[in-house]
Amino acid sequence: MKVAVLKGGRSLERGVSLRSGARVEDALGRLGHEVLALEADGRLVKRLSAERPDVAFVAMHGPGGEDGTAQELLEILGIPFTGPGVAACARCIDKVLAKHELRGAGVRTPDWFAFNETAFRELGAADALGGLEERLGFPLVVKPSRGGSALGVKFAETWFDVPEALVSAFSYDDRVLLERFVHGRELAVSVLGGEALPVVEAIPREGDSYDFEARYEIGRTSFVCPAQLSEDEAAAVTEAALGAYEALGCSGFSRVDLILAADGPQVLEVNAIPGLTDTSLLPQAAEAAGMSFEQLVEKILDLALAPASA
Amino acid sequence: MSEPPHRRRAHARSSDLERYAGLFAERTRVMRSSAMRDLMAITARPDVISLAGGLPDTSTFPPQAFAAQMTRIAQESAAEALQYGPTEGFRETIECIVEVMGAEGMLPDPEDVIVTTGGQQAIDLICKALIDPGDVVICEAPTYPGAIPVFCSYQADTIQIECDAEGMRIEELEATLERLDAEGRRPKLIYSVPSFQNPAGVTMSLERRRRLVELARARELLVVEDNPYGLLRFSGEPLPPLYQLDGGDFVIYIGTFSKILSPGIRLGWAVAPPPVMEKVVLGKQAADLCTSTLTQYFVREYFAAGRWREYVESLTGIYRQRRDAMLDALRRYFPPQASWTEPEGGLFVWATLPPYIDTSDLLAKALRENVAFVPGQAAYVDGRGRSSMRLNFSAGGEDEIREGIRRIGKVIAEQVELYGALTGQAAEPAPSRAEGAPEGDAENVVPFRKAEGE
Repeated sequence: MKVAVLKGGRSLERGVSLRSGARVEDALGRLGHEVLALEADGRLVKRLSAERPDVAFVAMHGPGGEDGTAQELLEILGIPFTGPGVAACARCIDKVLAKHELRGAGVRTPDWFAFNETAFRELGAADALGGLEERLGFPLVVKPSRGGSALGVKFAETWFDVPEALVSAFSYDDRVLLERFVHGRELAVSVLGGEALPVVEAIPREGDSYDFEARYEIGRTSFVCPAQLSEDEAAAVTEAALGAYEALGCSGFSRVDLILAADGPQVLEVNAIPGLTDTSLLPQAAEAAGMSFEQLVEKILDLALAPASA
Repeated sequence: MSEPPHRRRAHARSSDLERYAGLFAERTRVMRSSAMRDLMAITARPDVISLAGGLPDTSTFPPQAFAAQMTRIAQESAAEALQYGPTEGFRETIECIVEVMGAEGMLPDPEDVIVTTGGQQAIDLICKALIDPGDVVICEAPTYPGAIPVFCSYQADTIQIECDAEGMRIEELEATLERLDAEGRRPKLIYSVPSFQNPAGVTMSLERRRRLVELARARELLVVEDNPYGLLRFSGEPLPPLYQLDGGDFVIYIGTFSKILSPGIRLGWAVAPPPVMEKVVLGKQAADLCTSTLTQYFVREYFAAGRWREYVESLTGIYRQRRDAMLDALRRYFPPQASWTEPEGGLFVWATLPPYIDTSDLLAKALRENVAFVPGQAAYVDGRGRSSMRLNFSAGGEDEIREGIRRIGKVIAEQVELYGALTGQAAEPAPSRAEGAPEGDAENVVPFRKAEGE
């Protein structure tokens, strides 16, 4: 089969995408497929049209590749592709939109407020920040609405940290959210074709839990898979993850990040196209389920070619 | 453009990673980088105006001269140029080095010189010879970003001493030495880039140079003087290198051809007292046996032509104009809340923004405007420098520099305005340039005066 691997792009997660893409290309080669490695640049559509691959493996992260843009193009070209469709990508990439959908579907997610830059610049939204303490409490987490990884994510211990954290978050997106900080265990559930893989627990070795570097560097965070969970905990976490996956309309595969608090799991976000690098969580979860990376890649391809069953 | 699969690494399973993780040496724990590396990778996009690099301009080196020199090597010394050479480097290369150092008033004994694979290797070899895990290394705050991974990889306990417009603050250094004394610790080395420092662009005053050397002699401490830019002076009077003031007893000197000829040839050197040199040579043997023979032949040919100073002067002229363009653009496009250094030479300006702007985050915003710089954090071991940035003026033309600074100024102005809206303070009226923001504002960073007047 002729498989195009889409990678790179202009997002800040370009580096991660290139590593994901390279690893997928390796696996596809070993599986005996004809691999067409494609940088997502100005020639992408031309090359896809000329090469007509049987399927496209989207190994892109962040805006441009994970937000439905690349998926829309692939739909226009009539090329089947891996991972969630346009609408699910658009919902997942935007944390604010995703949280509304989750809450609407009855999936628990930490309380939040969202603001766009215009609200502050033109509508005096700063005056509304005073209510934060009462409504969300401190510490709270300030995040850009769009963007994977932890770039631009800051903790605010007190009210005084909020403006600076907002300035940072607005560097990445014109919409940000302030989210209640939920204490608990950091878990990731990868979902493959509608089924949950074993739960991964991320245990930071140093510093705080939101550290962009730690996520992609060997040795900075330790990952336990399967996570040590009681039967009840595991069931609740899996249910929340599958609920989130469905609420956002994902298909193929995705990864749901949650916090397991004392009163149960809360979903932080869903990554439509989670990383597939050496240190990424989806491959680890697949491994724990007894799947090699090749088997994982093959399964993802199968799901792309039979979308109805996903 | 798919590469054939057999050319790729064949790691098959994700669990391999955990297997490898158990094998890594303790020192890799402290080798930082990747988020920054990912961001910096984007700065290499062709549509980005990058003020992030530290590249000298090699475009004015005459290709004909290059071709003629390489041809001569091929015709007259092919076999030797393709062979291994001595670990210390060729005598002829060392003669060129002595000539370069002579241009700054130094007279090293050729026996004390080793040719290295760039100045970077000299830093590495010196640390390799001197640093055990936990040993104290002292350097400037901010320091050369490329030295930090070296200190980290030898697991040094790195202490950074604030700089101001006259370079490292010696009184703070003395206080630190006293404190270390009280703890029964002694720094293994004090690393400094005294002239046109990377990244701050500042130059250590003569007075402080003298005090640093006196301190080193009185306490028998080793100072590592890294001087890649000394000959690239645009204005002001040349100052004696630490090595010259000390005579080479307690100052180890690092030089390079990277900024006066070419970084691509990877030729640098170290000058050290014989006992230290002995260890450095052993380290070099272990690292790479010898520095590239071919490029040493090239340097020999190039120096034989006798025009190297002329070339350095032409570079200096080009960089002076680019620095001026950058300083003009900074005055024009950066908001009054920003301050920056005014280097008398070298390749870099260091700019400091209000403390509520994190330049790593600002870089993400700047990249959307297709412009890049180095976030100040890269020059610290401890997370300081968050509101500063390094700006390079040697790599691009003047128009590009102006446009790059204009774009960065735009995103800074947006952040300043947003912060004003968030805190309910209308963007502060521009403080008059002469007063500047209180210097205490920028506690983490080289606190220089703003550009005064114009």
